[in-house]
Amino acid sequence: MDTKLRAILPDHDLLKMYEQMVLCREFEESCAEQYTKGHITGFLHLYSGQEAVAVGSTRALHKDDYILSAYREHAQAIVRGAEPKRVMAELFGKATGLCKGKGGSMHLFDPDLSFMGGYAIVGGQFPIAVGLAFAAKFRQEGRIAACFFGDGAVNQGNFHEGLNWARLWELPVLFVCENNLYGIGTEVHRSSALADIHKRTCGYEVPSTQVDGMDVMAVYQAIKYAAEWVREHNSAYLVEAMTYRFRGHSMADPGKYRSAAELELWKSRDPLPNFGKRLIEEEIAGQTQLDAIRKEAVAVVQEAVRFAEESPWPEDAEVYNDIYV
Amino acid sequence: MPEITYRDALNLALKEEMRRDPSVVTWGEDVAFYEGSFKVTRGLLAEFGEGRVKDTPISENTIVGVAIGAAMGGLRPVAELMTVNFALLAMDQIINHMTKIRYMFGGQVNLPMVIRAPGGGGSQLAAQHSQSLETFFMHAPGMYVAVPATPADAKGLLKSAIRDNNPVMFLEHELLYNSKGEVSDDPELLVPFGKCEIKRPGKDVTIVAYSRMTILALAAAEELAKENIACEVVDLRTLAPLDTETFVQSVKKTGRAVVVEECWRTCGLGAEIATRIYDHCFDSLLSPVQRVSGLDVPMPYSRKLEKLCIPQVEDIIGAVKEVLSEKY
Ligand SMILES: Cc1ncc(C[n+]2csc(CCOP(=O)(O)OP(=O)(O)O)c2C)c(N)n1
Repeated sequence: MDTKLRAILPDHDLLKMYEQMVLCREFEESCAEQYTKGHITGFLHLYSGQEAVAVGSTRALHKDDYILSAYREHAQAIVRGAEPKRVMAELFGKATGLCKGKGGSMHLFDPDLSFMGGYAIVGGQFPIAVGLAFAAKFRQEGRIAACFFGDGAVNQGNFHEGLNWARLWELPVLFVCENNLYGIGTEVHRSSALADIHKRTCGYEVPSTQVDGMDVMAVYQAIKYAAEWVREHNSAYLVEAMTYRFRGHSMADPGKYRSAAELELWKSRDPLPNFGKRLIEEEIAGQTQLDAIRKEAVAVVQEAVRFAEESPWPEDAEVYNDIYV
Repeated sequence: MPEITYRDALNLALKEEMRRDPSVVTWGEDVAFYEGSFKVTRGLLAEFGEGRVKDTPISENTIVGVAIGAAMGGLRPVAELMTVNFALLAMDQIINHMTKIRYMFGGQVNLPMVIRAPGGGGSQLAAQHSQSLETFFMHAPGMYVAVPATPADAKGLLKSAIRDNNPVMFLEHELLYNSKGEVSDDPELLVPFGKCEIKRPGKDVTIVAYSRMTILALAAAEELAKENIACEVVDLRTLAPLDTETFVQSVKKTGRAVVVEECWRTCGLGAEIATRIYDHCFDSLLSPVQRVSGLDVPMPYSRKLEKLCIPQVEDIIGAVKEVLSEKY
């Protein structure tokens, strides 16, 4: 924490990271509102609290590195470059959505951004990430596959099979565990015999580290190091980011299994105000500038909602499209 | 008789059976502390304790496999899969192991176990979370498959499932959990496996359905009654064993049949029912059997498209009118 921000990244990038975190927060909170109004339906898993992980990681990755995630992936997609209005339209089930309204909240995808999907089957993304890394290595593209997943996913066979496979075939896969301490209502110690998830890779001789997932710069630096290691060695690495979701598992979950004190403690570690404070302390931005960033984010999200509202529904015939080529 | 929800009826069945038999245990993701993602296991941890009501890691194949082992070892496990979509991760233990063990080992061992799994579409949960996989299980010999439509059947069938010495796949419908109906509080009242129920008698057309499709069929029958069309609604209740006799007798009487299935049409269970009708009722049929099925597409998220993919009451009404049409 002693290192000054400017020693790590230029002002422009630092401000951009702040802007992205604010945008994600505003986007998610707006989604909650739209869900309450009935515009967004189905399952809605929000990312509020975890922004530092998506923002810090994405900044550290190359633009063409693959990213895969689970169903809590709006922020991952937006930070990667997906237009908020097209993400919102997807959540509304509209034809202008990222996946034509067919995927919804849990299934965002944009190959132009190397954003290779949100998957709703816990652990489904592990082997797919390994396969993308295989293709990238085979085609000598120099890119890696970054696979994001929750603490709950590590007890699926897919996790262990994927780690073993990536190590065995020497494939560039960066495993990023977003450990927010809960899989729905089950606290990590009640689902994992060894709850220090980064330690679970030793059986496969995959190096790993743990990082403060509420600190965007710490995440950036850890992922930067890990991603370069993966690229250089053509092998797997795992980063465990310790984070927290401020809301329940999904909009259907009031999250009663967590104490008010625990929630308060983690909210005091909210990555947004904390990073904003650092930007001010280190004279990278003033309060007015940060306020303007928030105002702009609010406007972008409002525009996204308007776009989603005004967009057309998919045509009925669309139901049969896209099954086969 | 008190009116309770389908959810509470299942909950009551679990409680009654756990009180009755200390070898009944239950586990699954979030079933204990969180009391189930659909709250079917509410109050179980408090009453029966952590020894018998257990949260598991997200490891579906092992949730089922451990239940198999525990059943072999003398217990009566009820394993919950959070939704039936995740049963696909457990298909190895379900199909390669659970349904084979008794036969393959020459009948020397029984697996008195139940796998509970909610499923079905209609909540805009998109392709990976909206599947109706009943045919998958019905297809494999070696397990029973229950598909209750009403709270009373939910309770009675689950109790039978827990007491049965065969493995049972118990498929609940997510959209039925809040539906209400009269349910007996007699802990010895069971609903037998392999027995359809005629949920509404009628003379003109037989509608064969199961689970939520039965509820839609009853709504369609109610509408059609206004036009003096009397539908007989046969609720299958269990897909294995399949009570062919009851729906065959009904079709012999009405001469017309509509089969409603939520699953995909291709190789859907409706094809099996229709074949059995043709086998047994060829001479009494006045028109071809109509099938109302889920569309053969992965489920789209958008509610506008989703509605097209799942049978609706109007589709059933349309099919009934089709079998009654003058062209036959
Ligand atoms: C194979 C499978 N099993 C169960 C579920 C239901 N489910 C959805 S999310 C979830 C918890 C996952 O927790 P975690 O991996 O920690 O991710 P988080 O939600 O905390 O981001 C469960 C059990 C599922 N979607 N897929």
